[in-house]
Amino acid sequence: MARNPVTWLGSPTFPKAAKAALNDTQLRQNLRKATGTIRERRAAAVTEMTDWEQLRVAGEQIKDDVLARLDTLLVELEESVTARGGVVHWARDAEEANRIVLDLCRQENASEVVKVKSMATAEIGLNEALEAGGVQAIETDLAELIVQLGDDRPSHILVPAIHRNRSEIREIFQRRMGVELSDEPADLAEAARVYLREKFLTTKVAISGANFAVADTGSIVVLESEGNGRMCLTLPETLITVMGIEKLVPTWQDLEVFLQLLPRSSTAERMNPYTSVWTGVTPGDGPQSFHLVLIDNGRTATLHDSVGRQALRCIRCSACLNVCPVYERTGGQSYGSVYPGPIGAILTPQLVGDMHDPQAASLPYASSLCGACFEVCPVRIDIPSVLTHLRAEAVEAKGRTAESVAMAAAAWVFAEASRYEKAQKAGSLARFFAKDGRITSLPWPGSKWTSSRDVPAPPAESFRSWWRKNRCQK
Amino acid sequence: MKVALFATCLTDTFFPSTARAVVRLLERLGCSVEFPLDQTCCGQMHFNTGYRENAKPLARKYADVFSGYDYVVAPSGSCAGMVREIHPTLGASPPRTFELAEFLVDVLGVTDVGAWFPHRVTYHPTCHSLRMLGVGDKPLALLRAVKALDLVELPDSTQCCGFGGTFAVKNAETSTAMLADKMRCVLDTGAEVLSAGDNSCLMHIGGGLSRLRAGVRSVHLAEILASTEEDPWRATP
Ligand code: SF4
Repeated sequence: MARNPVTWLGSPTFPKAAKAALNDTQLRQNLRKATGTIRERRAAAVTEMTDWEQLRVAGEQIKDDVLARLDTLLVELEESVTARGGVVHWARDAEEANRIVLDLCRQENASEVVKVKSMATAEIGLNEALEAGGVQAIETDLAELIVQLGDDRPSHILVPAIHRNRSEIREIFQRRMGVELSDEPADLAEAARVYLREKFLTTKVAISGANFAVADTGSIVVLESEGNGRMCLTLPETLITVMGIEKLVPTWQDLEVFLQLLPRSSTAERMNPYTSVWTGVTPGDGPQSFHLVLIDNGRTATLHDSVGRQALRCIRCSACLNVCPVYERTGGQSYGSVYPGPIGAILTPQLVGDMHDPQAASLPYASSLCGACFEVCPVRIDIPSVLTHLRAEAVEAKGRTAESVAMAAAAWVFAEASRYEKAQKAGSLARFFAKDGRITSLPWPGSKWTSSRDVPAPPAESFRSWWRKNRCQK
Repeated sequence: MKVALFATCLTDTFFPSTARAVVRLLERLGCSVEFPLDQTCCGQMHFNTGYRENAKPLARKYADVFSGYDYVVAPSGSCAGMVREIHPTLGASPPRTFELAEFLVDVLGVTDVGAWFPHRVTYHPTCHSLRMLGVGDKPLALLRAVKALDLVELPDSTQCCGFGGTFAVKNAETSTAMLADKMRCVLDTGAEVLSAGDNSCLMHIGGGLSRLRAGVRSVHLAEILASTEEDPWRATP
């Protein structure tokens, strides 16, 4: 089987990648500012909803129901889309999906396609696959365009260029568009508009993802802020939508819940500016040819895991990234995947499906388990629980290591109070190495702690020994 | 009321003054406190690092050691969270276990415990107390009732300090970056004492402050609440 392009080839493990990112002071500043702002705004947008917790529960339940009935709902979706003049394609993995899309582009003789921002196509590495096949994909979402023109990688689900500030963006645009610009946001947006306008008018094929697909009507829904997606979805002759199989909702009415949850969680808006909905093909209006490519790419395997499958509830809002203290400091690229942050830490390894892969196996450890992600997730994914679950899988895959031997030894000591007490007494001797009540340097792996933190000197007497002396005779 | 103290392995070994403070405080409030000597560790480090199988016997042991007590009190939000939320998933049925502030406010129904602590204090709420147990501002209510205590609000208090158990070692650099911001917030308050309901987080932030010789001491909430005018808190040498 080909490797899953959800992780970038050659990415180092998380701790290594993070180490480099932590030293990038520009990145740190950009992220501190951006995540801090969106965190506050999301909190305000959510607080004004009196039924937010009920909405979250509803979102969780609808998605769980979808996952439980995925087989039949997908067939229902296929039937509804086909009945309305669309064509449905099934792709087992990234390679199959990319081949389907490339063949469709070739059928239309397209050498250029415009793209609506989409995580699914980023996950399968579609742009690269199209390019290899002689088709140029043009990203039309402003942040995606910045990443594309900068020959960069995305670092956030919603704002893939969140790691860039406006003077960096100005530099990228000037270099790639050959124009003089100020770093005023309006100026930068105008430059992108001029650059893209011509593409919208001349390109015959558009490619999109989907936020939701409604099984009973066959409608596809895309939410966005800029309106560029709307251009792609209406102007070209052919529209190809690539969608993960879990993006379903059973009925039209279920959208009610998600159209409230998603904008407030992701952009902190009550309602996003553009919500595009289309159902198959409408004669004389919009694209006259519509293809829906349903991708599995590790999802069915994820569905088999009773704890891990909740990651498939994700609606890609990015709220968990914005509140994550690890993400805020390491940035998204440290996760080595199009899915960064807490959701990336649980979704990427499951889509890769191989805990022997050291990079994937390092991701569930990229968290202090603080739980801020779970608190904000609009579909109540218990990310900390999935993290510890996947850590157990990583441990199992690794087999016997120095760490596993040490852990087993510690468990053996803790199994009997008498052994534990002996270890305590032996350990307390370390106080003789302490100066002014603190230990400033320990041998490896303790050095990983003492590189930045002191350790208190162990006391002369543990609590239990005090208790024994002072309380046991009574 | 008969209460068992679960000291936690970290506090038992490194911070005995905290466990002694819990005993003193609870006895002052009329509880009879027992410390079952067979207790060891709740298995949190094992479980959180992915060694679930190693954690299972520790969870069962905990249930055995503490069975028969009406209440178990632990001076640690993360260990109480481990017992309450995780032990049942490991096939153990633990007795009712509370974090100290919860026990005082919810079970004993007190916020003024008659304490006296003439210092400027800021409080870090700790992630597991906050999000796993939902302890909310009970610790702050307890601190506000302490006589002579000058409580200053910690900016960005709900952000993790970067401890996260083995995270602090496996991702030491990221952990340190989080710690740096937490220390900045602590120092911004001008407090002399940093308090929390969990010695693991205190060991982390306190370890950083100690390295910087920052002149801020970390003191567990229990020690502040145990301190009285007649028998005030003293720094353990
Ligand atoms: S895991 Fe939850 S919070 Fe994170 S992106 Fe998905 S839906 Fe949003």
